Amino acid sequence: MGLALLVVIWLITFASTYFFAAKTWWLPAGASAAAGFIDGQFTLTLVLMGIVFLAAQLALGYFAWKYRERPSSPPVAYSHGNVKLEIVWTALTTVLFIGLNLMGSKVWASQRFDAAGPDAVQVEVTGMQFAWYFRYPGPDGKFAPTSVKLMDPSAGGEAAVGLDTSNPDAKDDIVTGTMYLPVDREVDVSLRSVDVIHSFFVPNLRFKQDAVPGLNIHMHFHPTQIGEYEIACAELCGLGHYKMHGMVHVVSQDDYDKWLAAREAEKQ
Amino acid sequence: MATSATAHAHAAPQGFIRKYIFSLDHKVIGIQYFFLALTAVWVGMALSLLMRLHLYWPSAVLPIVGEIKPEQYLSLLTMHGTIMVFFVLTTAPQGGFGNYFLPIQIGAPDMAFPVLNMLSFWTTFVAFVTIIAAFFVSGGAPLHGWTGYPPLSAIQQAGPGEGLGADLWITSIAIFCLASLMGALNFLTTTLDMRAKGMTMMRMPLTVWSWFITAILGLLAFGVLLSAGILLLMDRNLGTSFYVPLVVVNGQIMGHKGGSPLLWQHLFWFFGHPEVYIAILPGMGVTSQILSTFSRKPIFGYKAMVYAMLAIGFFGFMVWGHHMFMSGMSPYSAFAFSLLTMGIGVPSAIKTFNWLGTMYKARIRFQTPMLYAIGFVSLFVSGGLSGPFLAQPVLDIQLHDTYFVVGHFHLIMGVAAIFGMFAATYYWVPKMFGRMMNETWGRIHFFITLLGTYAIFMPMHYLGIAGGTRRYSQYTEVAYLQKLMPIHGFMTYAAIITIAAQFIFVINLFWSIFKGPKASDNPWQATTLEWTTATPPPHDNFGGVTPVVHNGPYEYGVPGAARDYVMQTDPAVAPAH
Repeated sequence: MGLALLVVIWLITFASTYFFAAKTWWLPAGASAAAGFIDGQFTLTLVLMGIVFLAAQLALGYFAWKYRERPSSPPVAYSHGNVKLEIVWTALTTVLFIGLNLMGSKVWASQRFDAAGPDAVQVEVTGMQFAWYFRYPGPDGKFAPTSVKLMDPSAGGEAAVGLDTSNPDAKDDIVTGTMYLPVDREVDVSLRSVDVIHSFFVPNLRFKQDAVPGLNIHMHFHPTQIGEYEIACAELCGLGHYKMHGMVHVVSQDDYDKWLAAREAEKQ
Repeated sequence: MATSATAHAHAAPQGFIRKYIFSLDHKVIGIQYFFLALTAVWVGMALSLLMRLHLYWPSAVLPIVGEIKPEQYLSLLTMHGTIMVFFVLTTAPQGGFGNYFLPIQIGAPDMAFPVLNMLSFWTTFVAFVTIIAAFFVSGGAPLHGWTGYPPLSAIQQAGPGEGLGADLWITSIAIFCLASLMGALNFLTTTLDMRAKGMTMMRMPLTVWSWFITAILGLLAFGVLLSAGILLLMDRNLGTSFYVPLVVVNGQIMGHKGGSPLLWQHLFWFFGHPEVYIAILPGMGVTSQILSTFSRKPIFGYKAMVYAMLAIGFFGFMVWGHHMFMSGMSPYSAFAFSLLTMGIGVPSAIKTFNWLGTMYKARIRFQTPMLYAIGFVSLFVSGGLSGPFLAQPVLDIQLHDTYFVVGHFHLIMGVAAIFGMFAATYYWVPKMFGRMMNETWGRIHFFITLLGTYAIFMPMHYLGIAGGTRRYSQYTEVAYLQKLMPIHGFMTYAAIITIAAQFIFVINLFWSIFKGPKASDNPWQATTLEWTTATPPPHDNFGGVTPVVHNGPYEYGVPGAARDYVMQTDPAVAPAH
């Protein structure tokens, strides 16, 4: 029985480790400035936890086999423990866990403590059951006010986010169902939700933030690769949660300018 | 202590109803809790099977239930989580085994408040009936997940099941909180007041410590959830706005103003994180007990084990914010919650080291309880080590609300806790029912279940790393998710096999209770007080004798002793810990 346990525990351990190490399924290709840091911290955590995982599981299986009761077994080592050992492994674990935490905290601070710079592209992201809308302030750089009284989700576009079209600032506000961003520029998103909690998750951009009704949450990220990236809602928001899907198109600054100009032209 | 024990004595009941239904006997109540949890776990497991089938074959027409629609999938998910967390993970280890064995292990004739104990069980029963009723009302069961985040959970128009089903859901949880508060009071009073002569706190078995600390957590946590639940009911039905700001659902302006969705998350997780430890601490206790018994060695670092559990309980109340790193909570507080969460990993690691230390240079016997205890350690390590990923807010940017989280908590608070219950069942059924369980089938059940649970829950980590979002009824609408379907397929097949293997367990359980070989008073050659009394124990537990304790709980392999174990009631052989 000891041998069976050893074989099964070791088998589970090696099989589990293999798929982590072989990266059979892995983080989606990173396309933002934060990806390098986040993936690095992830890999570091994986390596350290992997070593502990292997050591603990292999020891567990080995002990089960090695110390199985046999007629020839020596008497057990009668001991209630060892205070020195307890102190050593408590200290080591504390250093490991807290150290890992502090390293990750630097990255977290860079992502979340500071506001976006003044040159960042401004986009307002609005979540509602079960769609994302993106609003750009247009050449005046100002978002016009919106009002819940004007919201009509069935109409889509400007009406869905409740844009107050009587306001002069609304004249150049663009509302779309697909997000366009210029590459290599910081993006300042202002996240909101009109009904329940949603979460704006773009795996390739290493970006996730809940959109909470009643709050207007400012976050920033920095796309570095041209491409099309999927948005998947990451907070349970109702029966259509699984299809609350959207796209981010990261394009060159030129293409972005052309796209914006075309939208402005359509609107006039 | 002896006087307080006498004051609580009550005569053995005669009629069937007072003996088996509305019983005051903690042992009967423990068995009632056990069978309630056993019923609940089959319901919860059946729901998970339907979920897994739907995830891999989204448009399949299943027998009886037909085709599962997305909103029905979310109802299954909500009810699976709620039933498992409350009526299984909280009910069986504490209400079931704790109720039965805490008084016996400390040498008491019953719980401190037998009537309260009976009331607590029947209140739990009412809560269970209430939640099951949610399936049968118009609109069906709620779809807001076991965490029930408002506004989704607070507004009827937000989705199917958010009408009467959601009211029943939150009412059931509130009733459950009341029952748990009664239970916690009883456990605390009994442990502090009813210990036999010589049973000092530091001679209590680690199982008793785990139930005691769990009761403290329950007392502090369930009160908060109860209040939070009442506020949610008021938001839903009385037009208050604790959790709901001005929102527009389906183009309609709702009547709420100024509430905070984050307030619910804080209150819920202030309960919810300690709840994780409520589920797992008794499993830690029983694992320690069994590892020591079957290793024929004293537990390694008894005091360290007690302090580690106290530390886990204490820090357990300060880490709730790690569920909210992506919620819009201040990024500065994320820093503090993260550090404290990493801190709570330390006592958990200490426990693992001590379990390995207990097995080191031991003489291990491999009856089924021991297999499950070793399985617990393995799962606890695997589930625990994904904690330091999720404790880092920067990694939560990618991992939060993905299957990585689902894999993490299922391994550690789901199946590790379930393995604790299996270990406890195989270990204590002989004492509870006077019959041994079948070893061969026990072993077969163990190996299938261990391999099966790893096959279900380990791939969830790969799925999560690749961005696989949780609570999606199907992966058909997002291109990168479609590519991850083979992982879902593997997990679904593994789940079918693992769930099928659970029939081995129930058949073995019921067959053994009625037909198994008769158990002796101490079949495992164990040391704690439940093994000093008759099998099954008489109404007052010790047949009119009050045990006197002279030894620590885990005196195995004492050099020079007549046999390889010294019971707690034997003459003192070793200095107290």
